[in-house]
Amino acid sequence: MWKKWSIDRLAALMWVVAALGMTASPAQADIRVLACEPEWGALAREIAGDLATVTVATTAHQDPHRVEARPSLIAAARQADLLVCTGAELEIGWLPLLQRESGNPRIRPGQAGHFEAAAQVGLLEVPVTLDRSQGDIHAAGNPHLHLDPRRLLPVAAALAGRFAGLDPANAGRYRDNERRFARDWEARIADWEQRAAPLRGMPVAVHHRHWAYLIDWLGMEDVVDLEPKPGVDPSAAHLAQVLDRLKHRPVRAVLYASHQSARPARWISQRADIPAIELPFTVGGPRADSLPMLYDTLIERLLAASRP
Amino acid sequence: MNRIALMGACVCLASTAVAAGNEFNPDISLILQGRYVHADAEAGGFPVGFFPASGGHEEDDGHEHGAAGRGFSLDHSELILSANIDHSLFGLATLAIEDDAVEVEEAWFQTTGLGYGLSLKGGRFLSQIGYINEQHAHAWDFADQSFVYRAMFGGRLLHDGVQARWLAPTPMFLELGFEAARGQFFPGSDEDGDRSGAGTRAAFVHLGDDLGSSNSWRAGLSWIESSPRDRHAHVHDAADVETEVAFSGESRIWVADLVWKWAPGGNMRHRYLKLQAEYMHRRERGELACEDNLADGGLCDEASEDWRSSQSGFYAQAVYQFMPRWRVGYRYDRMNPGSLSADAVIAAWLHADHDPERHTLMLDFSPSEFSRLRFQLARDAATEERETIATLQYIMSLGAHGAHKF
Repeated sequence: MWKKWSIDRLAALMWVVAALGMTASPAQADIRVLACEPEWGALAREIAGDLATVTVATTAHQDPHRVEARPSLIAAARQADLLVCTGAELEIGWLPLLQRESGNPRIRPGQAGHFEAAAQVGLLEVPVTLDRSQGDIHAAGNPHLHLDPRRLLPVAAALAGRFAGLDPANAGRYRDNERRFARDWEARIADWEQRAAPLRGMPVAVHHRHWAYLIDWLGMEDVVDLEPKPGVDPSAAHLAQVLDRLKHRPVRAVLYASHQSARPARWISQRADIPAIELPFTVGGPRADSLPMLYDTLIERLLAASRP
Repeated sequence: MNRIALMGACVCLASTAVAAGNEFNPDISLILQGRYVHADAEAGGFPVGFFPASGGHEEDDGHEHGAAGRGFSLDHSELILSANIDHSLFGLATLAIEDDAVEVEEAWFQTTGLGYGLSLKGGRFLSQIGYINEQHAHAWDFADQSFVYRAMFGGRLLHDGVQARWLAPTPMFLELGFEAARGQFFPGSDEDGDRSGAGTRAAFVHLGDDLGSSNSWRAGLSWIESSPRDRHAHVHDAADVETEVAFSGESRIWVADLVWKWAPGGNMRHRYLKLQAEYMHRRERGELACEDNLADGGLCDEASEDWRSSQSGFYAQAVYQFMPRWRVGYRYDRMNPGSLSADAVIAAWLHADHDPERHTLMLDFSPSEFSRLRFQLARDAATEERETIATLQYIMSLGAHGAHKF
C-alpha cells in the first residue's frame, strides 16, 4: 500500500513541478505487472524496461487452460497495477477469481489495469456455432495468438499505450521502447519468414489447436489433430483413427507442446514413421529463454523435420 | 501487407475487450448430478454420539448435504447464475432444483471496487470457514461429505448475513474474514433466527503460498460461535422411546484446515497430488429440554437439564491424478463423541462407546473438463454397525465455464 501512496505523492509532486514551469526528470515509476503467460511477461519487460516489476503467473511447463487460482496468485493480483493476459477466455478458469478475490479494483475487467492481447488483434478459428460437443472451444476464437509474431506488433503498440496511460510521466519512454522493439521485431520477422520458406505447404499433425497461428503464419498445412475435440485428451480409439487418416494423407511431423504429454505424439510417430517434434510453446520452454529465441527454436525444429 | 492489415485491426479494436459468456446476460451453468448407492441397510447413517444436524427427521435427510440414500437418486441439480452487477458489484445465485421445490442455496452480492484488499459480501452464502465448506457438492473429491462437516454443520455452514474480508498486501497470501449471520442453519436454530443481532458469528484467517513451482498450500484457522434457541431434533431416548429434544445455549467450534497440492512443474494436466485435512472441535453448553413421553414408557418429563459437550473430529484425504482424466483418492474420517455432561438423563441417548470412523476409496474419470464419472467404496462405521457402501456417481456441468477456487 505504501508504494501506491508514494506513486500518488510523486504524481502530485509532478503536477506542482509542472505548474511552476520547471522541467522535471521522469519519475522512477514502479508499475507492478502480473502477466498471465510468460510471453506477455517478456513483452511487458521489453516495453516497460526497468519502469515495471513483472511477475508471471504461469510457466512454460503449465497449461494456461488448467491453472488454479492459487493463494500466491491471489496475493500477487492484490498488489498488481496491470494484468497483461491473453484473454479470449483462455484464462477463464482462474483469472476471474483472481480479479474478484484480490479486492483490487485496478485490475477489474474493463479497467485500465486489465490488458487483453486478444482484444488487440484479429483471431483465427472464431467458431460459427457454440456447442460444447465441439470441445473446449473459445467463443472469441483461438487464443494462442502469440505464435504468430506479426500479431505481437499491434499488441506491443497497445500495451505501450496502456503503460503510458497508467504512468503518463514516462509515456515517452514506453513509446521509445515500443518503437525500438517494433523495429527489431520487424527485421526478425523478415528473417524468420525467409528461413521458414521451405516450410510452406508442409503437412503436419498437431496435438491441440496450439499451433494454429504458427501454421497460419508459416503457411503450413494442419492435416489432423490428435485431440478428438479441443481440450479433450486423445483416446486410444481416436489415435487409431488419426493413424488411419495419416495413411491417406501423410504428414511430415507430429507437433506437440513441451507442457503436453509426449505419449500420444510418440505413439503416432512410431506407427506412422514420422518424427514427433517437441516445440516450445512459450518463453521458458526448451531453448526458448527469450521471445526471439522462441521463434528461432520453433523454426529450427520444424526445418529439421522438414528435411527428408 | 499482412502486418499493415493487422495494425489496422489493432486500431479499431484497441479499446474493446473480447466479449465473454452471454454478453450482458449472466453466466449460466447447470449442474447435473446423480448417483446409485448400493448398501446392505440404511446407508450412511449419521455419526453416533452427535446432535442430529438435520433435526433427525428421516424424511428430512435430503436437507442434510452429503448424506447418502440407497438406490438410484438425483442427488443434486443446481442452476448457477452469476455476473458483474455493475462496475463495483458481483452477484451469484445458486438454485437447487428439487422435485417439489426450488431451494435458494446461495444468493449473494460481493463488492469488487472497494480496493485496499477489502471486500464485502451480503445475502445467503457458504461461509468461508475451513476449506471444503465453500465448495459446492459438484466440486467435492468424494461423492459424499465428510463426517465432521455433517456432524458439525449438517454438511456445510450456510449464512444469511454479511461477510467482510481483507487480503493483506503481502507477497504471501494472508486473508482475514469476519461473518455475522441470522444463524437459522445448524449449529444455530430456526427460532434463533427470529431476533435482532446475529445468531451465528464466524471469523477466519487463511494463509497460503507456493513452494517452488511444484508445490502450493493453504492453511487456515476458523472460529464459529452460535447461540441456538430451541434447536430441535427427533431422537430415541435411552429407553428407545421417541421424543423431541431442544437445545438452547452456546455452540462454539474451531476449525483447522490444511491443503497441499503438488504437480510436477505446476502442470496439473497430467499428474497431481492433493492432500487435504480438516480438524474441528465443538463445545456446547446450555439447556436441553425434551418432550414428555412418560406415557409411552420414555424417560422425558418435560424438565430440562444442564448440557455440556466437548466433541471433535477430522478427516484427511489424498487425491492423486495418475494420468490425464483419471484420479484415485482415499479419505479417512474419524469422530470423537467426547464427553457429555456427567449426570445427563435426557442426553443419555447421545452416549456412545463408539468412535465413528470411515474409510473411503474413490476412482473417477473425467471425459472432459465438464463431466465426471465416479466410483466410490466406503467402509462406514458411523454407528456400531460397520457396513460397505458402493456409490456410482455422475457430475455434469452445462453452460458457462465455472472457475474453481484453489
